Formats: sequence, structure tokens, C-alpha cells
Amino acid sequence: MGADTIWIIGSNMTRFGKHPDKDVVDLAAEASREALKDAGISLSEVGVLGVGNLMNAGAGIGQQLQKQIGQTGIPVFNVSNACATGATALRVAVMAVKAGETDVGMAVGVEKLAGAGLLGQRGPKPESETWQPSGRVGALSSTEGRIGTSIMPGVFAQVGMEYGHKYGGTSFELFAKISEKNHSHSTLNPLAAYQKRFTLEEIMNDVMIAYPNTRPMCSGNCDGAAAMIVVSDEKMKSMSLEVQKRAVKISASVLTSDPYVDGCQILPDVNTLTRNAAAQAYEQAGIGPEDLDLVELHDCFATAELVHYDNLMLCEEGGAVDFFESGAPWRDGAKPVNVSGGLQSKGHPIAATGIANIHEIVMHLRGEAGDRQIEGARVGLAHVIGLGSACGVHILEKVA
Amino acid sequence: MSEAQEKQTTETSKKIPFVDYLILDDPPYLQAQECTSCDARYFDRRNACASCFEDQFRPVAIDREGIVTSFSIVQMGPIPYVSAVVDCGGTSVKCTIMNVEPSPEHVNLGMEVKLMTYSMGQDSEGTEAIAFGFEPI
Repeated sequence: MGADTIWIIGSNMTRFGKHPDKDVVDLAAEASREALKDAGISLSEVGVLGVGNLMNAGAGIGQQLQKQIGQTGIPVFNVSNACATGATALRVAVMAVKAGETDVGMAVGVEKLAGAGLLGQRGPKPESETWQPSGRVGALSSTEGRIGTSIMPGVFAQVGMEYGHKYGGTSFELFAKISEKNHSHSTLNPLAAYQKRFTLEEIMNDVMIAYPNTRPMCSGNCDGAAAMIVVSDEKMKSMSLEVQKRAVKISASVLTSDPYVDGCQILPDVNTLTRNAAAQAYEQAGIGPEDLDLVELHDCFATAELVHYDNLMLCEEGGAVDFFESGAPWRDGAKPVNVSGGLQSKGHPIAATGIANIHEIVMHLRGEAGDRQIEGARVGLAHVIGLGSACGVHILEKVA
Repeated sequence: MSEAQEKQTTETSKKIPFVDYLILDDPPYLQAQECTSCDARYFDRRNACASCFEDQFRPVAIDREGIVTSFSIVQMGPIPYVSAVVDCGGTSVKCTIMNVEPSPEHVNLGMEVKLMTYSMGQDSEGTEAIAFGFEPI
């Protein structure tokens, strides 16, 4: 017997930032135990565990976590799906509950990245005496720099620039203003890795990483974990009124990969799979973008945030620049985006991100977001994208 | 060494291309593998077509000129460079833009560029590697 409606009854994220005194399992344990406490249930009731971690994908972090917080013998799914790893772990828990395999699922995303430097960079191959072709294009050495770039800041810079070529209206200053917004939002989020407000001039005059993205326009590598408890409708109704009052409905849970389009193997297409995921999510939830009270989207770089306004259909096709310039995505605007501070200031511990952005929505829908509360928020959307690519979109609603 | 590169080595007296899809003809050009069923184009070794799942391909020469549809100036290493996507007659090509100052004042979306090649130097056996880039027209 499957469950039609899935509820989040417990949710937690650790502070994002540097945790030199904690290892990956410590962080995962902290978020998991707090999420269980938040839900008011025991680990013994959890029937499935989805655990996301990218940097130690082969290490069985799920079982390592169980060794520290409780070995109950339940199935563990260790998942790795680039920056969508956390959302994938949650999808596993949601699917298991939906399929009727269990009434209670737990999802955890955890990463330690502080000081990891730029991702996607490959070191030079060992020097050989003679040219040796290798790989799928028979390259004689690393293609990085020789044939453009595959490093994240450069790839996502090109994603934003491509949007500018297609629709016009973009500029270095525009992208920097998006970053100014998110850093401003972060000052209200005590769990953010960076809570510093930057002026537009400071952002534009900071170290250039990959034009048009300067350092504050890039997501910060840091440590962190997030965890969530999901239950079936039947289970939710069996719980205390206090739990029921704080429960948040998952109205849509969608994961997509990138379908083939012309040129997608040259510059990764982060647009089509996001648009597809959004369309499926709106249909599942039976609501439209106009109904959203807030959005957490994957601003791994300032250039990426712009294209996702369009991909998530927060504006007309081609209208992302006008949407931003209208002031809509500021926290006091018509469609607040990344009121957590986004990845640029909240930080981006990769596998934790896809659960942490949902946690942010949960906090607002419960009315527990403190100083940064979006008043009266009842519907929110969380989006992540991992290059390669994978996209997760979740729509949450406050029903009770 | 791939078959294509081996053939080119003998034909051009110890010159080999940086990647299989750079053909060191006169003039040099980039060669895509085009799906015979749906015309999707690829530059890497294929198992099948990602668009229609068929597995037959034909080599096609890519236009040597195009326009920049996206770029970034990558400044993370000691030498800044321009990474770009160039639309060569409908086929997207990933490349580095050469012979241009890597600054936003000198690189533009829509800029017209053409294919160029340059030497990467010789190995211990005297074989010269030739790489490609695009440069402003």
C-alpha cells in the first residue's frame, strides 16, 4: 500500500562553515539526531535511510553514521549525484515511503569541504617523454585551458553569458547585483557560513575568478550537514497534534537528468532539465509559479541564479533580467529568492545543500525562520542542480 | 595512439594533433562525428547517439569560422585565458580564444572568430603536437 501524501515532520541543518573539530560522521550525526528530535520520533521508527555524500562516495557514510547513532538494520542508500546529492537522498526516502515500503524515512546530506579549493579542476598528467593520446578525444595532455575550461566558475560564468547572448541585458554589474542581494539576505541567517554584507563596489572590485564572477559571486566551500524526516499521511495522522501542526507537505518531489539538446555536450545545458523538473513539479503540486511565497534556488554562482529565474518560470521566457531589476527576488519583493543568503553566502557543502535548501523553506512555512521570516509564507520551492547533470525540485506547502 | 593520429603522423612528417577531432589538413579543420540517423554531432569517441540511440556516424568537417555565443575569462591560474563556445555554422565548439587580450574590453558576445592552430612543442622523438584555438577575424 503506497502513500499518496508525504510530510516532513523533522528537519535540521548544522551551521554551515568551518568545523575543524568535527568529521563527516559527526556533522551527519548532529543533523540526524536533531531532525529526529524535531520530529519527536525514535530512530527505531525509521524504515529507510538515504545518505548523500560526494567527497567520500565509496565510503558508506550511511553505515558509518549508523555505527555512531544507531544500527537498526534498515536499508541504507548511499547516494552521490553531484550538487543534487542531498535532493537525491531525500528522493530515495520519499520514494520508499510513497511505495509503501515504510512509513518513516530519513534523509541526510553531509560534506566537509572547507579549504577544498576550486572543484572540477584536474591536475596535469605526469609528463611523458612522448605525446600519448588518451581519453575519448585522444588528447595529448589536459584539455583545461587548452580547449576552454571545465572548472565550475568558468562553466557557470558561460551559462550566464550564454543567456545574455540569447536575450541581451546582462552585464558584469547585473550579475554582481544578484550577489549583492544574496549577501544582504545572509546577514539575517545565523547558520550561514558568511553573514557579511558587501557593497556592489566591493563585489565588483574583489578578486576576479572567472569573468564575470568575482570571489563573492561564487559559492563558498564549507562544512555542513542537513537531515530530514519524512512520513506517510497515515503515520502523520497518528502523531501528536504538536507534530501535526508543524508538519509540512511535500506537494512535489522531482528529480531529472539533462535530456539531449544540440550543444549540450559542449557547454552543459543546465536549463532544460531545470525547466523540465519545474514543469513536472508544478503539475504534481497543482500550483503555478505565481503561487510561490519564496524560492531557494541553486545560485552556485551569481551567473547561475539569473538563468534559473527563467528556468523555474518565475518570469516570462527571456525575462530574467527584467525580473531581477524589478526588485522581485529581494526579500521584500514580490517573489523572494534565496532569503537564506543562497550558496554564495550560506555556503555550499555540496551533499548537504539539496536538503538544506528544503530546510530553509520548511522553517518559513512553519513560521520558525526568526529574523528572516517571510511573513505568512505558505508555499515554497527548493531547487538544486548538479553538473553532469541532475536537478531536484521540491515544492512544499503549509496545510495545517 | 589512435588510428587517425597515426595516419596523420606519417602523412605530415611527425606532426600530431592535440585531439583526434583536429584534422591537420591544409587548411586544418575540426571534424565531428554526425549521427547518420538524426544528424546530432559529437567530437568524442561514441558508443551510440545520445539523441536517437542509433550507432552509425559519418565524419563531417566543421566550419572554420563562427561567432562567440558565450565566454568567460578564467583568472584562476597564472595566465588568464578566454574560454568560449563558438557557433560554427550551427555546431557548437568549445575552445580557447587566442591572440586576444583576456579582458572584457576585448572579448564580446557575438564576436566573429576563426580557427587557428599553433605548436605545443616537440616530444623526445621530435614529434610536434599541434593544438587549435579560435582568434578574432
